[in-house]
Amino acid sequence: MPASESNLTLHGAFARQFSRHARAIIRSPAEVANPLLFFFMVITLFPLGLGPDPQRLAEMAPGILWVVALLSSLMVSGKLFASDYEDGSLEQLAIAPFPLAVLALGEVSAYWLATGFLLALASPIFALMLGLPATGIFTLMVSLLLGTTCLTLIGAVGSALTVSIRRGGMLLSLLIIPLNVPVLIFGTTAVSEAVMGGNATSWLALMGALALGSLAVMPVAIGAALRVSLDQ
Amino acid sequence: MWTIIHKMGSPPWFFRFSGGLVKWLLPLTVCLLLVGAVWGLLIAPPDFRQGNSYRIIYIHVPSAVVALAGYYVMAFAGAVSLVWRIKMADVTMRAVAPVGAALTAIALVTGAIWGKPTWGTWWVWDARITSMLILLFLYLGVVALFEAYENKSAAARACAVLTLVGTVNIPIIYKSVDWWYSLHQPASIKFTGESAIDPSMLYPLLLMIGAFYCLFAVTVLLNMRAELAWNHRDASWLKQLVQGT
Repeated sequence: MPASESNLTLHGAFARQFSRHARAIIRSPAEVANPLLFFFMVITLFPLGLGPDPQRLAEMAPGILWVVALLSSLMVSGKLFASDYEDGSLEQLAIAPFPLAVLALGEVSAYWLATGFLLALASPIFALMLGLPATGIFTLMVSLLLGTTCLTLIGAVGSALTVSIRRGGMLLSLLIIPLNVPVLIFGTTAVSEAVMGGNATSWLALMGALALGSLAVMPVAIGAALRVSLDQ
Repeated sequence: MWTIIHKMGSPPWFFRFSGGLVKWLLPLTVCLLLVGAVWGLLIAPPDFRQGNSYRIIYIHVPSAVVALAGYYVMAFAGAVSLVWRIKMADVTMRAVAPVGAALTAIALVTGAIWGKPTWGTWWVWDARITSMLILLFLYLGVVALFEAYENKSAAARACAVLTLVGTVNIPIIYKSVDWWYSLHQPASIKFTGESAIDPSMLYPLLLMIGAFYCLFAVTVLLNMRAELAWNHRDASWLKQLVQGT
């Protein structure tokens, strides 16, 4: 390592980890497109399964949108640390003089921007497809922004725990789904309340609290879980 | 204090200690279960609204109570295992998970059986039932994660991380399910007379809860002993113990 890099600060390490993964994601656009495509396709399945009645679809739209958001985050989080684990860079991170939690958070943030954040931005399109009333769309975006933060962090814990296990995909869903229940409930309730003209703000505030709490607690768990996986 | 903890961490000591404990606890458990079952099923008066069908409460409530407490036992063992790296805590955690899962499953099944005559349906998306179902998933996740790892000491630490994350989450899950239910509550179903339980029904219930705690302790201890015996199957102290008695 050149001398100029030896006095890397914690912020610098975080930023470097973030930008490394952000670049990796940009260079393979399929990584970004896949979750959105998945979302798009699963949304298409619901009118086919439930019938095209706009009234009924609009009624169910908050629940459908949130369940599909949860599923797509489940799909993404399986791959979160996989390449780092396989090419050995995770071991290098583990012996770096910085907390693994912070470095992992850098990677998770990059992934969240490419998945959860984009999903929240694109969500009005999907909402219109299901005929969600316009009053709910802004709340849907905000709730997805906050909610995907939790989903991604919890998913990262699951991914860190199962990264060393072959065919850990099913196991990952078993680990993560029960932990994601509150996010799903708060998210759907916020959107439904907004559609019905009720008080969505308090639910969004709860989601914000959940997101901040996860941001404080989950990186520690991610770091500990990654160390366990490296010992395996 | 520290010497006790230190001793607890030693497999030979624990094996001998738990052997003595099980000898006492097992007959006590059987007695409590028998007395509680006879009292609850035969002596306690029938409920004026539900008749005799309410008697399943003497299985349903104790298993649900102990299943919940079991998760906290597991979380505590997980924290000890992560912080002090005590092997015995790993063994405890591993022993609790299947017992807790079984108790949760019993609570769910007896609840369904109870629901049929009382509510007219096997399954209702009630707040408590849903929370118990999620608890079952949490337990199964720990069991499955333990089985998936080949290196068992890594498995124990992975499960410890998972249970601690779960413990932070459990109050949030319960609260959110509660709110979810109160928002969607169907008007026709209502749990009546739960807090105003008559002493003649309450005492056998408390006895059964005690019996289930003992049952939980015995099962976990036996589970731990089986695990220890397998891990140390070539150790000389184990051979001495088995041949000596």
